[in-house]
Amino acid sequence: MSTSPPASDGPLLTLSGVGKSYNGDAPAVADVTLSIERGSFISLVGPSGCGKSTLLRLIAGLLQPSQGTLDWEGGDRPDDLGFVFQDATLLPWASAFDNVYMPLKLKGVSRDAASSKVQEALIRVGLGDVPDRLPRELSGGMRMRVSIARALVTEPPVLLMDEPFAALDEFTREKLDDDLLTLWRDLGWTVIFVTHSVYESVYLSERILVMSTEAGPGQIADDIHIDAPYPRGLSFRQSSAYFDRCKAVSAALRDGDI
Amino acid sequence: MSSSFFRLLIPMLVGIGALLFWEAAVTIGDVPKFVLPAPSVIGAALLENFGSLMSALWVTLRITLLAFALAVVGGVALAILFSQSRLIEMALFPYAIILQVTPVVAIAPLILIWVGFDNVNLALLILAWIVAFFPILSNTTLGLRSVDHNLMDLFTLYGATRWQRLWSLQLPAALPYILGGMKISGGLALIGAVVAEFVAGSGSGTGLAWRIIEAGNRLQVPTMFAALLLLSLLGIAIFFALTLLEHLALRRWHESAVNRGS
Repeated sequence: MSTSPPASDGPLLTLSGVGKSYNGDAPAVADVTLSIERGSFISLVGPSGCGKSTLLRLIAGLLQPSQGTLDWEGGDRPDDLGFVFQDATLLPWASAFDNVYMPLKLKGVSRDAASSKVQEALIRVGLGDVPDRLPRELSGGMRMRVSIARALVTEPPVLLMDEPFAALDEFTREKLDDDLLTLWRDLGWTVIFVTHSVYESVYLSERILVMSTEAGPGQIADDIHIDAPYPRGLSFRQSSAYFDRCKAVSAALRDGDI
Repeated sequence: MSSSFFRLLIPMLVGIGALLFWEAAVTIGDVPKFVLPAPSVIGAALLENFGSLMSALWVTLRITLLAFALAVVGGVALAILFSQSRLIEMALFPYAIILQVTPVVAIAPLILIWVGFDNVNLALLILAWIVAFFPILSNTTLGLRSVDHNLMDLFTLYGATRWQRLWSLQLPAALPYILGGMKISGGLALIGAVVAEFVAGSGSGTGLAWRIIEAGNRLQVPTMFAALLLLSLLGIAIFFALTLLEHLALRRWHESAVNRGS
């Protein structure tokens, strides 16, 4: 599963003046302009209702913008974006294998032809030995791993994650954070990660987009680069540099809210 | 001793006790058998008329099962149609409700005139179908709509066709609702078949309902009870068959059927 990014100069995705409002209400996202570089790990951080999930859905193409444009490198939106929800969102009647096979099945790939890819995706998330288990027979963390395996089985150039680990306990969450970073570095994805946790965003990201509700609804209040080197591990989590950056992001969140 | 053993044993003991009390009360009180026959007399009537009661049972069973099968096929098919087009649903759903709320007894004479008096079997089938149809339609419609929105979005992201979405997502998700509708509808199909026969009379073969009317006219109360017993047993058999089907289909994944090991 080697997704080697083709050589290119321009950004993968450019948003110009993108806004979204529902039925004439105050906009959920307003006038967002930004570029996303191929292979980057970006977090969208903000309080509930700041429009970060709406922005992610606009990028996924699940919502159409009311204003502005999204320009993908090469023209169209890639047709296999990976998307991971807050819940694992698995088919409850299907085994881990069949859940991961689902995106390939929808593309018309036969079960036999998909088998090695599916198995490989399961191994990558550490579930190589439980392909036949149903979602209810897996723990919450394992279900989320199946969900990630499903997102990566199509070898997407972009992985969109909507508060994916928010419902998990802290131990499982930190483990999944580390595994996600390993996958990102191995596979060369672009990851856009929505979270309300400042700590998680600083640990994971190269770049944090801070969204606020008060300063301007649905706007990006700050764009912070986290220049700590990868691989990041426990020593980074416990370093003073880490806490300094968390403080900076928290401050940006508060500034936005005043 | 397991709790499932007691779950069977206790109602059985209650039943046997009630029958013994009934037998004793009728014998001691010297109640005439055209008012309330003793269980032993009912048993004797059942054996005496076994052949004719069994053929009546077969007639009722056939109409019930056929009406039920057509209700499942028709109800699921129409619900699928509704799920594909809001317009069709808006146009037709009110009429499905009208069909449901109008008492079947009131429609029976009309149906009988329409299909002709030499086609009574068809009239019975239609009437039983009308009664059994609605729970399937309404449950399946609800089930097809109750799919997790995120899963729907995921199918959109992966460019699923309508057919893929229906077959791989909506129908499996609706299965618990469909099976729940079938459990209601199975009992209703039997009620529909019996009520229709009361109102419209018998076709080529005599069903259990007609045997009850006939025996009642001749004051053969033990035979009435015997026919009633067969109807109850038939209803119980349908209910258990559908419960078993539901259990087999859902036991591995659906919350309602999963054994929590308690």
